[in-house]
Amino acid sequence: MSSFRLNLPDHVQVMKAADKSAGQSSDNSPTSRTAVFTAHGLTKVYRMGEVDVHALRGVDVEMYAGEFVVILGASGSGKSTLLNILGGLDVPTSGRVSFRDQSLTDADEDDLTEYRREHIGFVFQFYNLIASLTAKENVALVADIAKDPLEPEEALRKVGLYDRRDHYPSQLSGGEQQRVAIARAIGKRPDVLLCDEPTGALDVKTGVIVLEAIARINQDLGTLTAVITHNAAIAEMADRVISLSDGRVAEIHVNQNRKEAKELVW
Amino acid sequence: MNRLMIADLQRMWRQGIAISLLLGCGIALFVMTNSSMLSLAKTRQQYYQDYRFGELFTALVRAPNSLADKVAAVPGVQEVQTRIVRDVLLDIPEMVEPASCRLVSIDTAAVNPMNGIHLLLGRFPSDDQRSEVIVSELFAHGHGFQPGDSLTCIMGGRKQKLQIVGIGMSPEYVYVVQPGMLITDDRRFGVVWMPRRQMAAAFNMEGAFNNLSIDLLPKANVDEVIFQVDRLTKRYGGTGAYDREDQISHRRVADEMSQMKTFAFVTPSIFLAVSAFLFNIVFTRLITQQTEQIATLRAFGYRPREIGWHYVQMVILLVVVATIFGWVVGLRLSWWMTSEYIKFFRFPTVDHQFAVTHAVGAVAIGAGAALIGTYAAIRKAIRLQPAEAMRPAAPKDYRGLIAERTGLSKLMTPVGRMVVRRLETNRLATTLSVLGMSLAVAVLVLGSYMRNTIDFVIEFQFEKSQRQDVMLTFVDTLSAASLHDVAHLPGVFAVEPYRTVPVRLRNKTRTRRVGLMGLDTNPDLYRILNDQQQPVSFPVHDGLTVSQKMAELLDAKLGDEIWIDILDRRQPSYRFQIAEVFGNFTDPSAYVNRQQLHALLGEGEQFSGAFLSVDSDAIQDLYAEVKQMPTVAGVVDKNAAEASFRDTVASSTSLMRIVNAVFSGLIALGVIYNCAIIILAERARDLATLRVMGFRRREVSYVLLSELAVITLVSIPIGIPIGYGLSYVATLALDTETHRFPLVIERSTYSYAAIVIVAAASLSALYVRRMLNSLDLVAVLKVKE
Repeated sequence: MSSFRLNLPDHVQVMKAADKSAGQSSDNSPTSRTAVFTAHGLTKVYRMGEVDVHALRGVDVEMYAGEFVVILGASGSGKSTLLNILGGLDVPTSGRVSFRDQSLTDADEDDLTEYRREHIGFVFQFYNLIASLTAKENVALVADIAKDPLEPEEALRKVGLYDRRDHYPSQLSGGEQQRVAIARAIGKRPDVLLCDEPTGALDVKTGVIVLEAIARINQDLGTLTAVITHNAAIAEMADRVISLSDGRVAEIHVNQNRKEAKELVW
Repeated sequence: MNRLMIADLQRMWRQGIAISLLLGCGIALFVMTNSSMLSLAKTRQQYYQDYRFGELFTALVRAPNSLADKVAAVPGVQEVQTRIVRDVLLDIPEMVEPASCRLVSIDTAAVNPMNGIHLLLGRFPSDDQRSEVIVSELFAHGHGFQPGDSLTCIMGGRKQKLQIVGIGMSPEYVYVVQPGMLITDDRRFGVVWMPRRQMAAAFNMEGAFNNLSIDLLPKANVDEVIFQVDRLTKRYGGTGAYDREDQISHRRVADEMSQMKTFAFVTPSIFLAVSAFLFNIVFTRLITQQTEQIATLRAFGYRPREIGWHYVQMVILLVVVATIFGWVVGLRLSWWMTSEYIKFFRFPTVDHQFAVTHAVGAVAIGAGAALIGTYAAIRKAIRLQPAEAMRPAAPKDYRGLIAERTGLSKLMTPVGRMVVRRLETNRLATTLSVLGMSLAVAVLVLGSYMRNTIDFVIEFQFEKSQRQDVMLTFVDTLSAASLHDVAHLPGVFAVEPYRTVPVRLRNKTRTRRVGLMGLDTNPDLYRILNDQQQPVSFPVHDGLTVSQKMAELLDAKLGDEIWIDILDRRQPSYRFQIAEVFGNFTDPSAYVNRQQLHALLGEGEQFSGAFLSVDSDAIQDLYAEVKQMPTVAGVVDKNAAEASFRDTVASSTSLMRIVNAVFSGLIALGVIYNCAIIILAERARDLATLRVMGFRRREVSYVLLSELAVITLVSIPIGIPIGYGLSYVATLALDTETHRFPLVIERSTYSYAAIVIVAAASLSALYVRRMLNSLDLVAVLKVKE
């Protein structure tokens, strides 16, 4: 797996260029790019008491290296379920999903743990920082289990919080906490950054700062970034927007002109 | 609200059971001991009444039957029973050492006589048949005697065959103990009832008796009756009348029951208090976790009172479960305990009782503790505005912790820092957890230290204090010349004779009957040790040496002068100074130099018995000869006595000890399990976050388990001194009128407590780890803090 790591900046730049050109061309041919995630016919059924809840009803989706993807959908559309399956927190009821050439469909709990450990960085709506650790320690926590981590200071610098590295979560604003969470997620140089409503608990101004940080990571590290949101405005900063509705992919939209985070209004 | 109740219960039923179990154990122990005690008290009372246990007793040398009428005429006396009572040696072929028995005459014609016999098997002897007898039940059981078997006793130097026609028991001999022995030994000593006419013939007592038993009228003046009876019997060698308090069997039963009462009260009370306290802690923490649910309910418009009622209902439910457990288990155990008890204290039937007041009281204490905890926790939860309670709690402030200031945390990994900082920040929760577990350790020590104490007492008594191999008691006193024969018995290395005389010690209004023992100046075989384990010597001086307990009973101290009445002869009273008081753990006792006692009694060297040191290879020959000696009334083999003591004490206390150990173990498990669950609940979010970030299960368990481990390890050194303290309190409470126990706690007991705690913690940890593995990561993370 480690041979797939994105650890050469030049290489990243090359791939980025390729992605951008592909994104800009009107006939977007997937074969010309490296697919990180490939999912076919994903379904997910939860049994809630007596009723079956169909969270996903046959989703086909691909995501490519270096892309910034926004998964847009209303509450209950299945976007979180999709993200959880891609992130190795859940397995589909049927269908196939793979990360590069590794199938996630048949992975057991331990395989999924190793998968998350090596490849995935998560950012959640409620930050989920460890309250008893400082910003730097929160990042270091992940660095400790990664094979080729960023220095915690470096990760914090990337989100603009180097100066606040010795502060505890209680001393940080919500936006700052979320940026620490992003630093923590990228601290292990993940191949994929998955963000579940990262601005959901934040006001617009702070939300924009957080989105800028995410975009910068995507830009600088070339990390495939998937952001879940119900906020259509955020979709404007994505390379591609996958809209989910009622457990199905309603539309995949390629942004011809990506907006900067600071241009967004909601 | 009922729906909520069901949901809460579904969610927390395991924890609920663990909490209920805590209190249940406290209640069960309380119910068990108190019900057993009540059952025994009731049983004894019924037995005494049904079989007309006498109220006053006196022994004399020989009195004409006509004396009975004079005694009956004393005001306050309702009925007088005269009997012939003799201790004799038995010749039982399969036993090396001689067994002995007490022969007690019975009036075969009497209907419902005083000190009646409850016949278990066979029939009563017929008066005209020679040598038909009833044998006491435990003795018969010890030898496998059945009606139809025979028994050889040595009466007046002649062997005589007795025909067993019945097996029975009597309120006078609920507890059968051989003179000189500490406890019952159903192989070596028993009671044999024989028709009066046969006994009179065998012992040359026609028209005479040597034992009186008196039934009193209600409201009789006991002291006055005793005075009158003593006056009448003195010239016939009366040794002084005494009431039930001084009757051996009754006294032992009463002692045992008063000791049990302390046991029943002190240890279970400590258990109950501890379990109620833990119930309170656990429930308080449980509600603290429910702050959000409470806020949600309030947001829906529930009134504080209604929310309070919801939790009160939960408390009630838990208390009900605890009550059912405590009552059922407690009652069942009390049957078991009572049946263990009546292996030594014999009653015809057991009247099982349920100590209702105590049972209800125990429940009230538990419910009270829980409700106080609930009230405080709910008040705190309700005081928060709903909106405030539902907002994510601000992350805690971790600045300025000791772990930081000392630089301790710098040495740690982030995971180590998480553990240490959390423990330090959540001081109250950590303190409560540590306190809970410390109490579990303490309860374990309290539950098992008695074993050490008993071992200590046995060693003190049988190894250090008594160094003789055999103790002989003589039928009548022997002269120095006759003692010579004893010294020449096979294998005898050394003989140490003693003189004992029944006396009454008096100081102010306090009196005490005791066998005053005359010993050599520095006894070598039968030594009295003080509580520093130094031998006490008995120099010739004008004074008595008494045990601390005796001094307390007489309310006398060193240097006080007290009165001595010699009971078995017509002599004036003497005034003696208390020359020495020694502390140890034996019964109240009094000693004097033997020569001095001879002088006091105005006699030459006359011995009541002797302690022998014997070559163990020759002991069989010794016993063979002793069996032929008409002068010997009883033989006590020290090793046999020790073995029997160990057996009896071990089995009579083992149940209590097992129950204590099991309950303390359960309490420990309950506390630790709850601690673990609470830690898991409080940390679920952090732990789930770590899992999501790719921490392996093992790595995440490490966070949780190290927190539990720190709490456990801190609790042990705190719990041990608390355990010592609780045991000390229990020992103080066991210091009854006649017994004092040393507080001895061996390291093994502390180790045991520590091991049980660590084991319980490990078990809980394993369980919690399993729960951790099945933690729903997504669900936990979706919930705000």
